[in-house]
Amino acid sequence: MTDLSTLKVPGPTVIPLTEPFWEAAAEGRLVIQRCGACGEAVFYPREICPHCWADALSWEEASGTGWLKTFSTIWKPGHPGWIPAVPYTVGLVELAEGPTMLSHILGETPEVGMKLTLAPTNIGGRVLPCFRPEHGVE
Amino acid sequence: MRPHAAIVGAGSLAPQRRTEGASTLGMLARAAKAALDDARMEKAEIDGLLVGPQVGETPQHVPATVSEYLGLQPVMSNVVDLGGASGPGMVWRAAAAIQAGMCETVLCVIGNHRNPEPPRSPNRNPIREFDVPFGASGANVSYALLKQAHMARYGTTDEDFALIAHWARANAQNCPEAIFHGSPASVDDVLASPMIASPLHLFEIVMPVAGAEAGIVTSAERARGRQAAWLLGAGEKITHRAVSQAPDLTSGPLKPSMDRAFAQSGLGVERMSLLSLYDCYTIMVATTLEDAGLCTPGGFGEFMRAHDFGPAGDMPLNTHGGQLGYGQPDLAGGMTHVTEAVRQLRGAATGRQIADPEFALVTGNGATMSEAVALVLGTDA
Ligand SMILES: [Zn+2]
Repeated sequence: MTDLSTLKVPGPTVIPLTEPFWEAAAEGRLVIQRCGACGEAVFYPREICPHCWADALSWEEASGTGWLKTFSTIWKPGHPGWIPAVPYTVGLVELAEGPTMLSHILGETPEVGMKLTLAPTNIGGRVLPCFRPEHGVE
Repeated sequence: MRPHAAIVGAGSLAPQRRTEGASTLGMLARAAKAALDDARMEKAEIDGLLVGPQVGETPQHVPATVSEYLGLQPVMSNVVDLGGASGPGMVWRAAAAIQAGMCETVLCVIGNHRNPEPPRSPNRNPIREFDVPFGASGANVSYALLKQAHMARYGTTDEDFALIAHWARANAQNCPEAIFHGSPASVDDVLASPMIASPLHLFEIVMPVAGAEAGIVTSAERARGRQAAWLLGAGEKITHRAVSQAPDLTSGPLKPSMDRAFAQSGLGVERMSLLSLYDCYTIMVATTLEDAGLCTPGGFGEFMRAHDFGPAGDMPLNTHGGQLGYGQPDLAGGMTHVTEAVRQLRGAATGRQIADPEFALVTGNGATMSEAVALVLGTDA
């Protein structure tokens, strides 16, 4: 399997608002926002709550668990930097807190509905919040 | 409801893989001229202009640039930026502007040239920040995720989806301009085509091409007595941009859009003589058939086996081949579903004319099943 850390691929385009997310990611953690007014968890990071528009978002540690809503195994990547890694899998992860994020899914046999857990992984020289099946990667 | 406006002319440039040295402005001009000629109207009658975005060539001041190039001085103009729903989105906006008394005859035009090496996206938006770093670049991934979700939820099969691509290729054999004219594909051919992003095969994905499409929308007064495709109903809905933010993976914003368009027209889907359904990928047609109520959720495969979707069939669908057969001229791809419906309703679909057309359903879809427009068009006001 290709060492993902050696890929020459685009990293995140970080802005000041989103820095806490990527700083936590670099430490192998997953943080998301929660609205102090309506109580909803929010991903991706916003200036104001997209549910109620309150200016009351703060960061919290996410549980790092979720389930796989859907996935795709990529054979012809949209970015040429990913070619050495094919086939690889991306998927939509519904976090235990509620929001859905797109992530890189480790493991050979993804299945819709499987439980996932956070698996911080170095991709292109940066540690990103990837996921793997809860019961480990074979 | 009495219709306020009708489409009285359609113009298309044949799709091409590349346009060495061509400008988008020049292509828009040729499509606009073809539409005006088709409408048998004079340039001086155009007093409104709706255009699509032109990423790269003219990032700003698009209506002014296009107006100047065409020698127009419109009293209503704008850019409609709804991805593949831009074309049908222009049509109802044109009708609304006409109804509001702002103008009388609107040129709706959209297209693009195509360089051998398209530039990489300059985006700095949430998709670029939160999806691309994980290996998810481009639309193929998003629609692969939608197809996988549909298969997982309903047990639909690759064979079900391949039927959609097969019919698109079959209908393209009646359209000499189509990119896949001369290249039909059986279900087995579709399934044997390379896997791009599982579960999407190559033949389930549109071929990107260059092209331009135009329509002339005019007031009821000016449309009367002409061969016209009347706007009987319209609906629009936008729900998200990134596929991760989609409120539902197996039903999209076309559902409420079609509901509204049918309600405005007072017609049901069973009255449609033509289904002109946006088909960037096979999964988009599957979801649209289900959202339209033509079959049960998850039941599109049975529906595809039960009908003949050719121009002489019982359920004509994308008689120009759809974008899966015709090619996808970028944002103009959605407009091909409008221009084809106009030709069919005006009896001008040479070589593939359906018999006694009355009504057509046209759908447009943008981004990741995010932006939706539905139109109901008819031969009579
Ligand atoms: Zn809130």
